[in-house]
Amino acid sequence: MGIVKVRKDFQQARWNEPIIYEMSTPGVRGIIPPEPEAAIKAIAGDVIGRLPASIRRKTAPYLPEISQKHVLAHWLRLSQETMGSNIGNDISEGTCTMKYNPRVNEALIAEPDFAELHPYQDEDTVQGILEIYYKFEQFIKEISGLDKVTFQPGGGNHAVYTAASVVRAYWEAKGELDKRNEVITTIFSHPCDAATPATAGFKIITIYPDEKGIPDIEALKAAVSERTAAIFMTNPEDIGIYNPRVDEFVKIVHDVGGLCFYDQANANAFLGVARAKEAGFDMCHFNIHKTFGAPHGCSGPATGAFCCKAELAKYLPVPTVEFDGTKYYLDYDRPESIGKIRDFYGVAGVIVKAYAWTMMMGAEGLRTCADISVINNNYMEKKVLAIPGITSAFQGNGIKRQEQVRYSFEKLHADTGVGTDDVNARIVDYGIPSYWTSHHPWVIPEPMTLEPCETYSKDDIDEYVAVLKEISKEAYENPELVKTAPHRSASHRRNDEASLDDPEKWAVTWRAYVKKHLSKKKEMDSVS
Amino acid sequence: MSKIAGHPYIPNSVPEVKEQMLKEIGINSVEDIFKEIPDHLRFKGKMNLPEPILSEYALRRHVEGILAKNKNCKDNISFLGGGTWQHYVPAVCDTIASRDEFLTAYVGDAYSDHGKFQALFETASMVGELVDMDVVNTPTYDWANAIAISCRMASRINGRKEILVPKSMSPGRLMVVNNYCKPDIRIIQVDYDLNTGLLNLADLRRKISTNTSAVYFENPSFLGVIETQVEEIVKIAKDNGAIVIVGVDPSSLGVLEAPAKYGADIVCGELQPLGMHMQWGGGLSGFIATRDEKEFVAEYPSLLFGITTTSKEGEYGFGEVFYERTSYASREKGKDFIGTCTALYGITAGVYLALMGPKGMQELGEGIMQRVQYAISKLTKIEGVKLAFNGYNFKEFVLNFDETGKTVAEINEGLKAFNIFGGKDLSKDFPELGQSALYCITEVHTQEDIDKLVEALEAVC
Repeated sequence: MGIVKVRKDFQQARWNEPIIYEMSTPGVRGIIPPEPEAAIKAIAGDVIGRLPASIRRKTAPYLPEISQKHVLAHWLRLSQETMGSNIGNDISEGTCTMKYNPRVNEALIAEPDFAELHPYQDEDTVQGILEIYYKFEQFIKEISGLDKVTFQPGGGNHAVYTAASVVRAYWEAKGELDKRNEVITTIFSHPCDAATPATAGFKIITIYPDEKGIPDIEALKAAVSERTAAIFMTNPEDIGIYNPRVDEFVKIVHDVGGLCFYDQANANAFLGVARAKEAGFDMCHFNIHKTFGAPHGCSGPATGAFCCKAELAKYLPVPTVEFDGTKYYLDYDRPESIGKIRDFYGVAGVIVKAYAWTMMMGAEGLRTCADISVINNNYMEKKVLAIPGITSAFQGNGIKRQEQVRYSFEKLHADTGVGTDDVNARIVDYGIPSYWTSHHPWVIPEPMTLEPCETYSKDDIDEYVAVLKEISKEAYENPELVKTAPHRSASHRRNDEASLDDPEKWAVTWRAYVKKHLSKKKEMDSVS
Repeated sequence: MSKIAGHPYIPNSVPEVKEQMLKEIGINSVEDIFKEIPDHLRFKGKMNLPEPILSEYALRRHVEGILAKNKNCKDNISFLGGGTWQHYVPAVCDTIASRDEFLTAYVGDAYSDHGKFQALFETASMVGELVDMDVVNTPTYDWANAIAISCRMASRINGRKEILVPKSMSPGRLMVVNNYCKPDIRIIQVDYDLNTGLLNLADLRRKISTNTSAVYFENPSFLGVIETQVEEIVKIAKDNGAIVIVGVDPSSLGVLEAPAKYGADIVCGELQPLGMHMQWGGGLSGFIATRDEKEFVAEYPSLLFGITTTSKEGEYGFGEVFYERTSYASREKGKDFIGTCTALYGITAGVYLALMGPKGMQELGEGIMQRVQYAISKLTKIEGVKLAFNGYNFKEFVLNFDETGKTVAEINEGLKAFNIFGGKDLSKDFPELGQSALYCITEVHTQEDIDKLVEALEAVC
């Protein structure tokens, strides 16, 4: 084990980088597109001049004009002002499973045999990528215990939306969609378990926890009825507590005819330990970009694998990937399919990376991920809860947390006025990425959710704990220091949060900013 | 000893470390944690997965061995388009997209990820200029998703429940839109003119009514035709109180008019041409743009990154705009849903646009159109090969092979012998076009590539 060091002198790159438009000089170029040959130009003639005026661009798009070196430097600097998980100690983003994303997998997807494949190529020219899809589906079937998988969804929420679409198709096929219009979820399940069925047209009923932090089974019994289309639930929920009666939940919903969807965004601690099948679920999903080692990309590209039992497979989006014993192929002949939820076949690069990652793990490696994740988490929990001002959700309920814990700075806030947003800003000053507080609503006050998955060493965890301890000390001794953080980040604390909710002031593009702020400023300057 | 002990991706798999941690927790085994899972819910077997390949070199050989069974568009000449297009990806785009900071960051606030916020703000700013709109969202899953969201936004804005879309739109994108709109919006297809490929205005007039929430059309269309009747379509829509949604391929916007200039209320499209490799269709990333009016902004489900001030005079800060709209903030009461989409591609598109600048985008567009004209003039001299529509094309065009007596499938099979991937076969999705194929030509195609296609088609047809 190495030395645990609190990086008190950390300083994130702070380039005070101008907005790209402020770097522009007319006439400067960053790259020159290939010019057509003379013969092409001669035969083609004035293709632009011939266009009708209604559709011909009259003025060139107002884009910045910058040399290649300066474009590169600008975005390199912006990258340095971003804390990726491969660089930082990213135990921070609980519920997100910030694993190491192996470089070798990036090299694999850069190969022309993958990067330069067109989705409409004939099947016999894409047998390699079809094979990877097919084989990875067999892995996921084994890991979930379910029968059929699609990788078309472009993220976890998208996979949950796919589940909602499948539930809708199921009830529509039975002719009962008008009646079966309610989806039940739990408050500590991800917001998408409520939002995606709502988008698909369902009414949402939310179950709250009992005194131990487990979804209230009596509330569920009261909620189910002949109107119940399905339940969408996470387990363990985002607070890290496993619901030991999950199979009873499934049975209660099944008994009224409803379907059961298992949101497995938090699957990392259960690889080879517990599966959707044994708990009786009809459907589940995995966040392939989390649990299977592919990167998050600042929020995508990603993949949600949607899995279901054989009887629901007919509703999966088209195409599915099949194997006839000799050849892999795409199957579009699925008349009861929900259609498509994304163009083509999903984010294929994530599947290649996840296939490679899983091949480096095998069954034993996956199980080790689960074991180490829960050991890391319990080790960390013990140390974090020893820090003044920090408690956890449903602390002392006698239930061991699994892969993550939802902590609370409620006490710190009461004692010092320093809340979770302040700590979250201050933690960056020690070189640690902002942490995940909680999805809304903040049922647990002043929350912080940490997930020290198998990627993190004992030293990483010790460092993280030491930093939290240091910030707690600062809060009690010098709260202003924390409340005015960050001090060593790429930028300082926002001083007008309300402007981001004000239509007169918000600006999500430079042109809007120029109109709303710079033009006004110029006017004011000229008046004064 | 376990093969996995000391696994390069799992530092605490070293037995001594694991033991020490268990000891500090005060338990003997990991089972003391998993005991929270009742026995009957535990998986008892061993997962049937291949033995791990622990050597990185061996793993690389293994995966590359499978990928080598593919044939790619670098070693072959491809004329496939239709929603994913082969453009040149500048080296700087690859450099930035593979930076570990951008590649592996996630949902950190601007205090740890200032650069991510600025990068996505800049992409929105440049896309906004291409389409002439003040609000652009953080990227959606793809163009199809962007259309679907645009339709739902329109319906929420004016409370109407019908959307008109062209019959010439991509079947894949239409399926996505149908899925998203299924609960309460009816998608109605408007015919296209079989001679010109343009929207059939008479059919549009027949189908539009005061129930029409929005008219959606694409420019250029899926069948490659530049829609020139923009003023008429917009007038018909507005006369009926409908919102105008235009879908665009931004690689055309150096030479084609910004949709807001001809009356679009919502613009959406696909960022893949702007610096993303095709990746078997995995390079997609959509966007939505609108005017900066509260009634539009309030309906976005997406995250919107805004510029603001900080406690340091003169410094730019960034944050989330109008966050309460989103499902992250408001669960089922939020607008549709938001999740992990395609931010890294969004960042890359910004790099691409800054490299290209106004002149680059103009030259790109003009060069593509010149190559397409050259190709059309050569290809239509081949006996039996006809151009399906007599309008203007950007980078795609439909060739009809009926008079050759051969099917597109047969022709494309023949082209493979010349290391050419022929255009997308339209005969199944657009039977009214007979044996037709959608050909795509971009700046990556040289005169030699096009001439090879001509020669090969002469031999095959």
